[in-house]
Amino acid sequence: MARMTADTHCPYCALQCGMTVGAAGEVAPREFPTNRGGLCQKGWTAGSLLSHPDRLSAPLLGGRPVTWETALAHVTSSIREIQDSHGPDSVAVFGGGGLTNEKAYLLGRFARVALRTSQIDYNGRFCMSSAAAAGNRAFGLDRGLPFPVTDLDDAEVVVLAGANVAETMPPLMGHLGSARLVVVDPRRTPTAERAVASGGLHLQPVPGTDLVLALGMLHAAVESGAVDTAYLGARTSGFDDAWRLATQWWPERAERVCGVAAADMRTVVSWLAGSSRRYVLTARGAEQHAHGVDTVTAWINLSLALGLPGTAGSGFGTITGQGNGQGGREHGQKADQLPGYRRIDDPVARAHVAAVWGVDPASIPGAGRSAVELIDAIGTPGGPRALLVFGSNLRVSAPDAARVASKLDALDLLVVADFLPGETAGRADVVLPVAQWAEEEGTLTNLEGRVLRRRRALDPPPGVRTDLDVVADLAAGLGCGGFPTTPRAVFDELRAASAGGPADYSGITYDRLDAGEALHWPCPSTDHPGTPRLFLDRFAHPDGRARLVPVDHVPAAELPDDAYPLRATTGRVLVHYQSGAQTRRVDELALVEPDAFVEIHPDTAARAGLADGVWARVESRRGSVLARVRLVLSARPDTVFLPFHFADDRAANLLTNPALDPVSRMPEFKVAAVRIHPVSGDSRYSDYRHSQAVEAVAT
Amino acid sequence: MRRIVVVGNGMVGARFADEVRRRGGARLTVVGAETHPAYNRVLLSTVLAGGIDPAAIALPVADHVDVRSGTAAVSLHPATRTLTLADGTPLPYDDLVLATGSRAWLPPVAGVPGPGVVGFRDLDDCLAILDMARPGARLVVLGGGLLGLEAARGLAARGVEVTVVHPAGHLMERQLDAGAGAVLAEVVAELGVQVQLGVGAVSWAAGTGLTCDDGTVIAADGLVVAAGVRAETTLASDAGARVDRGIVVDDRLRTSLEHVYAIGDCAQHDGAPAGLVQPGWDQAAVLADLLTGADPTARYRGTRAVTRLKASGIDLTAVGDVHADDDTVELLRLTDSRRGRYAKLALRDDRVVGGIMIGFPDAAASMIQLHDNGSPAPSDRLALLLGRALPGEATPTSDPGHLPAAAVVCRCNTVTKGSLVAAWRAGATDLTALRGATRAATGCGSCAGTVEGICAWLAATDTPAPTRDESHERPVAAAQLRERAVRAESGELHERHSRAIQLPDCAVRSEESTHERTEGAA
Repeated sequence: MARMTADTHCPYCALQCGMTVGAAGEVAPREFPTNRGGLCQKGWTAGSLLSHPDRLSAPLLGGRPVTWETALAHVTSSIREIQDSHGPDSVAVFGGGGLTNEKAYLLGRFARVALRTSQIDYNGRFCMSSAAAAGNRAFGLDRGLPFPVTDLDDAEVVVLAGANVAETMPPLMGHLGSARLVVVDPRRTPTAERAVASGGLHLQPVPGTDLVLALGMLHAAVESGAVDTAYLGARTSGFDDAWRLATQWWPERAERVCGVAAADMRTVVSWLAGSSRRYVLTARGAEQHAHGVDTVTAWINLSLALGLPGTAGSGFGTITGQGNGQGGREHGQKADQLPGYRRIDDPVARAHVAAVWGVDPASIPGAGRSAVELIDAIGTPGGPRALLVFGSNLRVSAPDAARVASKLDALDLLVVADFLPGETAGRADVVLPVAQWAEEEGTLTNLEGRVLRRRRALDPPPGVRTDLDVVADLAAGLGCGGFPTTPRAVFDELRAASAGGPADYSGITYDRLDAGEALHWPCPSTDHPGTPRLFLDRFAHPDGRARLVPVDHVPAAELPDDAYPLRATTGRVLVHYQSGAQTRRVDELALVEPDAFVEIHPDTAARAGLADGVWARVESRRGSVLARVRLVLSARPDTVFLPFHFADDRAANLLTNPALDPVSRMPEFKVAAVRIHPVSGDSRYSDYRHSQAVEAVAT
Repeated sequence: MRRIVVVGNGMVGARFADEVRRRGGARLTVVGAETHPAYNRVLLSTVLAGGIDPAAIALPVADHVDVRSGTAAVSLHPATRTLTLADGTPLPYDDLVLATGSRAWLPPVAGVPGPGVVGFRDLDDCLAILDMARPGARLVVLGGGLLGLEAARGLAARGVEVTVVHPAGHLMERQLDAGAGAVLAEVVAELGVQVQLGVGAVSWAAGTGLTCDDGTVIAADGLVVAAGVRAETTLASDAGARVDRGIVVDDRLRTSLEHVYAIGDCAQHDGAPAGLVQPGWDQAAVLADLLTGADPTARYRGTRAVTRLKASGIDLTAVGDVHADDDTVELLRLTDSRRGRYAKLALRDDRVVGGIMIGFPDAAASMIQLHDNGSPAPSDRLALLLGRALPGEATPTSDPGHLPAAAVVCRCNTVTKGSLVAAWRAGATDLTALRGATRAATGCGSCAGTVEGICAWLAATDTPAPTRDESHERPVAAAQLRERAVRAESGELHERHSRAIQLPDCAVRSEESTHERTEGAA
């Protein structure tokens, strides 16, 4: 039965703006602390995908519509066959940070219990893994923002390291209105413009040198006497070792490597030191590097030296990306993890979760491969031969996309559950049509660790099932019956599985959420008020102290040379989300940014023989993409930028480097060496202006 | 495993040890004459200025390295590959690395060295100077080079009465031209440091002061000598190595002695500017590659000279050949002595070959990168020279009438001024109505003031339609279509500054009449 309207949240980013959705899928903003009645253009238009003509409505087997019974029977029998010949780990699962907590949890249980495979990971590896690892290392716990977003309202100074929130989560800017902003970004983003307008600074480092900038600022903090020694003594450990490495990065030396003026480093440090309400926030710009964990750590070290984390009115945080990027990294769809943010190699955690699942602890597999390594292992001895994908479009979103495509094509079985025919689904043996956000119930955990209810406004179209149904059916088909399918029942199981873990949800219930309670984890009992602010008394390490981990600069995995003289960096635009499989299908959004582009400095373009608006080919050692030239005066002359929301021969990830962070296994999305030249001799790209503009006007 | 012995536990010796540790594959012994653990000499002027505690400038100690502090090496025997220490201990080696650095040069001045005189080279010197630096004390710094000025600035900040005596016609003459030197002298004077140029020191007498060659006597309680350094080459020259200004090395950092290498200030390589730490660190990395076998093809090809004065209140950078000036050189220069600013860039074939920046920190940062990378300089030479100090071309306007129709007012929902105007004319004449009609200000809300400003402007200059026109129900998309078409037609640059408009702060160029644009595109 369709409801009248449902109070739910936006399907896109981790800000999870409150919205009301009507029975016809019409969206209206709703008052909620994160968005305060605001929505960006993506949110406003989210409803248009509910009835999109491309919507998948029947399972596909080899591209032809079949019944659910046929599709599921094919999947389960293929899995059995493959596992019989090649063992449990020959079947892998790939999840997503947009899936609800319930789905993420059930997927993890499905992999370990029904498939008995260790091979499960998810696209959050491309998103939050570096920040998560750095947070765990420093604070003993990873919750993106250890404070509510509304705390930022009163901030005097906010440093955004590699965050372009004015485009990626626009309503968040409403919380930054009173702060002096400092934006660290190789590009003059809209967020950087706001920083300058706020009386702050835009620091524009060479891509891949953010860590040096943070070290230079730590040095500046020490030399200017800005370090909070009382705080360091009472609440942290490890400063001396961290400082010893930072001694080598006096601001003038850091400047020479990162290109940010030493004077600016000192200025920002003086702003931070001279105010009492200050925050340092990182996002993907700092994290998506082969040394992303260390880069985040360097920002954490600076924050700790200045006494920010765990101090009322100040703090360090990371801005989670995907809708459930927080909850999605807590409940077991990660290769090394069990629900409640437990480690899979922890015997106590295994025993606890095994009891909830009713299995022998020894039957739970160990840690599996991380996302890139999992994909890379396809087609190798002992590697996955079947892959089940939920909530991810890895053909577009994974690095070195050409290699990913060839790996996926080498699978014996690729199963994709999706609601639109994304690029990954387009190559799948079996496609399973599933429900969208407004058609389902569940919970998500937003960027501040608050658990939110997603509510159903309308029924899924005929022929469409929920992910939970699909997972339970597959489990049953594999001889593992009894998986819960109602979101509430799955959540109750998740609560039990998470009880006592770092991300303890046991006290959070649908009833409490539906009654309007604002519950941030950990919430260990039903009479516990939740924890909006972490670390005020102690950090989560056994000794209660935060740890400064010594880090030093390591150059990007691939540096420019004569053959590939430019740095390419990738990122987002306001009107698109992730791989663009959804937003490219929303006319109003596609109209604003219809196609791939490359931002380049006019001088660099002129030397390459490129004018504004022409098509260019951008090449790295791994592949090449087509993109329209966009001349940007504020661009660094040594750097080009491409958005990664486009597919096929426009997919920026054809260029990116799969070099991995040694700790988080995050690929280096933010730095690749490239060259650029005009597209010649191809008439398709000779007259784009007419085709695009005229086509647009005619529409 | 090869046994490498390093003589010198300073910045370069310690760095080399760390580079070897990172690569692995050698046994290391580091011998250092100073009793302190290795420390960061570059930070001594910061210590002098009071920024960093002397105890906090220690360098990271590489694991598994046998460090012998307070142990001088007295002789080197290449034939037997043995180093002899002060206590007579022989230390055998497979490879010997000399990183003995340099020592302060004391000019021929009567009374130097002597009571009340301190060089400025190592941590002990620094501590001795601090001992004299009581507020109100009078100190003379002999030498107006980089180190002398850093010391003088630090002492002035501690309340010391400082006079810099410099024999050359302008300060830092090795790194600066006369124009920059003059500006620097004014900046330094502003910071409370007296400067005596073109004056030589004749004699020092404790309790009296410094007598100069022009006959003047500068009364002072102490003399800090920062008149330059000399490479420390004794060990090498005694052993028969070829020594010129320093120990002569090739691109593999080899001295003329078998299995003996030299890096840092003690070494002389044509590509290495003297007195800076970066060449020594670059050499340490190359030599570690060679001696551990990590990269047998590694060669040291030189380091581009970048001089940064580390002194609070003075932002000074010099790169490359600052005196370059011939027919092939494009010279850009600005002297703003009243504000203590000076910018000079010498370009050849579009590349920065030399430059000086005083008081232009962000332009200096760009200059360093261009100089280091050898990449072509931006064609906007003024922006290159002045950085953020360059005033924007745009004229600030708070008049919505001057905004182009294609200007995006609400970025969160891609709402242009043109679509707001259209919606207003269709009857949405206040903020609430415009929010409903266009979604402007429904994202982060920061454009609400601008939208209200446009309302007020339209109310004063235009008339809304009497009834609501349904065709304007969703004007957003239509406006975007027009905007894209116009933008594509005009080949307009995607200068991000002009893409979202905030009034009244944001500077916007008035390009064409809104009415023309709106109506022309309709």
